[in-house]
Amino acid sequence: MNPAVTFPQPSRRVLPGFGLSLGFTLTYLSIIVLIPLAAAFLKTAGMSWGEFVAAVASPRVLASYRLSFLASMAAGLVDVFFGLIVAWVLVRYSFPGRRIIDALVDLPFALPTAVAGIALTTIYAKHGWVGRWLEPHGIKVAFTEIGVFVALTFIGLPFVVRTLQPVLMELEPEIEEAAASLGASRWKTLTRVILPELTPALLTGFALAFARALGEYGSVVFISGNMPMRTEIVPLLIITKLEQYDYRGATAIAVVMLVASFLMLLLINLLQKWSRRYHRV
Amino acid sequence: MAAIVANSLGSQPPPTAAPRATHDPFWVRWTLTAVALLFVLFFLVLPLAAVFTEALRKGVGAYFAAVRDPDAIASIKLTLIAAGIAVPANVVFGVAASWAIAKFHFRGKSLLTTLIDLPFAVSPVISGLIFVLVFGLQGWFGGWLAEHDLKVIFAVPGIVLATTFITFPFVARELIPLMQSQGSDEEYAAITLGASGWQTFWRVTVPNIKWGLLYGIILCNARAMGEFGAVSVVSGHIRGETNTMPLHVEILYNEFNSVAAFAVASLLALLAIFTLVLKAFIEWRHAASRR
Repeated sequence: MNPAVTFPQPSRRVLPGFGLSLGFTLTYLSIIVLIPLAAAFLKTAGMSWGEFVAAVASPRVLASYRLSFLASMAAGLVDVFFGLIVAWVLVRYSFPGRRIIDALVDLPFALPTAVAGIALTTIYAKHGWVGRWLEPHGIKVAFTEIGVFVALTFIGLPFVVRTLQPVLMELEPEIEEAAASLGASRWKTLTRVILPELTPALLTGFALAFARALGEYGSVVFISGNMPMRTEIVPLLIITKLEQYDYRGATAIAVVMLVASFLMLLLINLLQKWSRRYHRV
Repeated sequence: MAAIVANSLGSQPPPTAAPRATHDPFWVRWTLTAVALLFVLFFLVLPLAAVFTEALRKGVGAYFAAVRDPDAIASIKLTLIAAGIAVPANVVFGVAASWAIAKFHFRGKSLLTTLIDLPFAVSPVISGLIFVLVFGLQGWFGGWLAEHDLKVIFAVPGIVLATTFITFPFVARELIPLMQSQGSDEEYAAITLGASGWQTFWRVTVPNIKWGLLYGIILCNARAMGEFGAVSVVSGHIRGETNTMPLHVEILYNEFNSVAAFAVASLLALLAIFTLVLKAFIEWRHAASRR
């Protein structure tokens, strides 16, 4: 007999617990996540097409899609711009307090959204620390669309910074040296060499911030003022319908949002795959 | 060529062209740092400072009166109960899922990993709504629950379920990549030397993953205690009964009781600061152990 065949192979037989751990994982996943999510889709399956369209495409609902989409887009773009600067400064420069700033970037993850919401509202209200300087110039932030945008910018920042930081750290200085030694100016090196390297990470960070902003509720409801047709975001509309016992209407809007979020999740996975392949080369 | 030889002999100063090429000019450094600091100041430092300033606006006495209010204490208790059930449940799940995914090969593994991340993609409000659809009065089990006089929605079980859903991926997400990168060699060695499965798990695997596990737990806990949207849908907002801390903050704030709202909020902000400090400490430990 060939000795190589009898040699124990590291296979699933060697370590115990495969059935137990996978069985538990699948059961728990089904009970907590999959079955409840299926309930939303099955609930709308009981609606007629006309009912569904009336629920998800009424003028008030369309206005909330518009606001959620545009404010999330604007917040994501601003986060990409300032997130890139913050990540760049944190990775490339050293200055006193750098580690504190680095830790502070995660604040929007750690601070409960309701707390962030009331704090931002207080700051940007008429007599608040920032609001009192803006109001005399006719800029109203609290209880307007701009307030929604401010809250979503707060929520999205860490997604961009934390996606960019590891990529910036692994960026090899040799590439920049090569560009410089071939006669490129610093600006040209930045726009032609560094930024293209960062593109997948920038897109991923934007998509993560945008996806989070679409569903965000707690930090927005306090600062938005919640005026129908003007400052109502989609998640708030779902709550409003629920409070009126319009379960079908609420679920129909939720299904539209769920489909949008799943598409974003798919896009983010593809972006991350692309970015990983991009950096292995 | 000559420069390289000369340099290796240490007779010439290092060339100055390379640093200038990869380093930004002084004014660029200064401007970018200032922009970054200003942005962080306006968007991160000011909200945090506002919480404590507003909480102490009427002095320490008013602050402690608000924190000691019976409804506030009831909300703190409920928050501790919800997190006390949701976090351990998700820790057990996270360990089981990462053991299955990191130690074994099976079909559909990447699908399973994606499904575990699913709750992160769902809006908090929808996370609450789906439990209303399952357990609410008009939901799948609503009739059966009403017959047996059991309440899930607008009661504590609903709050626990919604919190568990929201914090579902945190621990698994930290542990899966960690255990995959560590491989299974140490576990094989333990089993080959005659250790039982549980012995291997407790004596070999757990010590290896303890920092990653702790990291996942603190992030999971911060989110569990601070969750607002999902809990808001299933709670019913009954004062002293089904209000968690974030919901209590909302009620006080909407009643224009700003000092009390920010006082309770300051406890949550302290939790957030504690979480960030512990997180930074774990990252520092991890970096030190890799070096």
